[in-house]
Amino acid sequence: METAPVVLSTEELTKVYKNQTAVDRLTFEVREGEIFGFLGPNGAGKTTTILMLLGLTEPTRGKLQVLGLNPTREPIKVKQKVGYLQENMGFYSDLTGRQMLSFVADLNAIPPAEAEGRIAAALEAVGLAADAEKKIGAYSRGMRQRLGIAELLIKDSRVAFLDEPTLGLDPDATQRIMELIEDLARRKKMTILLSSHQLHQVQKVCDRVGIMIRGRMVAQGPLEQLAREKFGVDREEYTLEEIYMKYFLEA
Amino acid sequence: MNGLAAIVRKELADHFSSYRFVILFALIAMVSLITAYMVGLRIRGAEGELKPQFVFLMIFAERGAMFSLVEFVAFFGPLVGLVLGFDAINRERNEGTLSKILAQPIYRDVVINGKFLAGVIMIAVLLTAIVLVITGLGLAVVGVVPGAEELLRVAVYLVVSIVYVALWLGVAILFSILFRSTATSALAALAVWIFFSFFVTIGASILANTLLGQAADLKPEAAMRKIAAVRQVVLLSPMELYSEATATVIDPMRRSARSFIPGGPLEALSMTRFSGPLAFDQSLLLVMPHIISLLAVTVVCFAVSYTVFMRQEIRSL
Repeated sequence: METAPVVLSTEELTKVYKNQTAVDRLTFEVREGEIFGFLGPNGAGKTTTILMLLGLTEPTRGKLQVLGLNPTREPIKVKQKVGYLQENMGFYSDLTGRQMLSFVADLNAIPPAEAEGRIAAALEAVGLAADAEKKIGAYSRGMRQRLGIAELLIKDSRVAFLDEPTLGLDPDATQRIMELIEDLARRKKMTILLSSHQLHQVQKVCDRVGIMIRGRMVAQGPLEQLAREKFGVDREEYTLEEIYMKYFLEA
Repeated sequence: MNGLAAIVRKELADHFSSYRFVILFALIAMVSLITAYMVGLRIRGAEGELKPQFVFLMIFAERGAMFSLVEFVAFFGPLVGLVLGFDAINRERNEGTLSKILAQPIYRDVVINGKFLAGVIMIAVLLTAIVLVITGLGLAVVGVVPGAEELLRVAVYLVVSIVYVALWLGVAILFSILFRSTATSALAALAVWIFFSFFVTIGASILANTLLGQAADLKPEAAMRKIAAVRQVVLLSPMELYSEATATVIDPMRRSARSFIPGGPLEALSMTRFSGPLAFDQSLLLVMPHIISLLAVTVVCFAVSYTVFMRQEIRSL
């Protein structure tokens, strides 16, 4: 894993809103094909970091690159290759699943002839083929998240930012989403930045994690490494939850 | 531009399938048809009394039961613009779809350009449809075939009307950017519309009376000054700008809006009507300042929306 090229990195990245520092000297990197668990309490600055990486908001200070591009200078090129599944999903409830996907394909300038095949394949892959003609308003939360993943497939993103994709899902739907995410990384070689509170799930799929608290990355690395650093012993049974709580209480 | 066509296609599909547009269209089409029909009957009844010139244009300019078609569009046209635009941006913001669109490889201005463009296309379709239907109805009821100049005048009228309604679309989109709640933006846009359409007109003469004294005890020069002052204020209202511009274009016998000298009704009639029609290019020349002002206000309004939208922090989107 360590030999894979870096696809995303930040250096001393800082974002200040009026008089509140949302992201404070953040330095981290994500390598190709890995699933990076992006953890932290609500309001820690995870979403702000993702927005800066997408070029949707400008950093106050610091450097950042995604796939060798500067998102602040070349947001369009970055957004062509990066998919973003936002927390509140944001679907047009009066469109059908298929219409939503063709709108996304249209925005990405995918020719209609090609888009049709991609949409069918993506719907099949996320198990929404039977519901493609239903309006999104009638979709369950889990179905909407799967539709979001179908969007990533249509764009054929190389990097995906998933902001709380399992928020408010039942265990079964959560399981399904996590399987799809793992599949994206392992088979499509998509690099994934996964922000989530479901520590148990994150532990299962993530190669490395970063813990962000009040705008600062307080720890990052593979799970075993964090356990070693924090507890001093190399014990297999430390769960991510224990590690997270330890960092959280300290900060 | 990347994605502009995609946004316009999506917006047009939304507009055409939305109930609010269908209701509005039905309402406006109905009133226009009734007005045109009544005017048509009147023109037919008045056969022999009228000059034979520009009978066709009278369908647009004559008053039917209550108002002429030109007045009707001046009055209710803005509502179309407001209805098409009042929730353009903030609805997407509330549903989280705005950041979804912006996370796609398009520039931010494409969203607002696309929405404005789609709205203008809707307005153009709506107004053109109404004018065409009325033309047809006029042909049937009055039985007079329009001449080339009449068609030209109607075309100018159509273009000016589209600009006028687009102005209010711009205002509505601006408020949808400024306010987060769709109800607030709708009310704010309505308030601005009512203020500039009605209060400015009423307020202008009150203001002039207060500043320059009552009409009765004025010398002629002072009266002239006062009328000029009233006009200056009144022209702040897009409705007045539009009404003057279109009335002159659509009614070649109309002398001008200004009549300085108070007099009896017959005198007034002779003052405001030409005995012969004004040539097309002269009519156009007369209202050019109005048209350019309308266009300028529209552009300014859109430019403000554009700037505000481009500068907004994404977190507040």
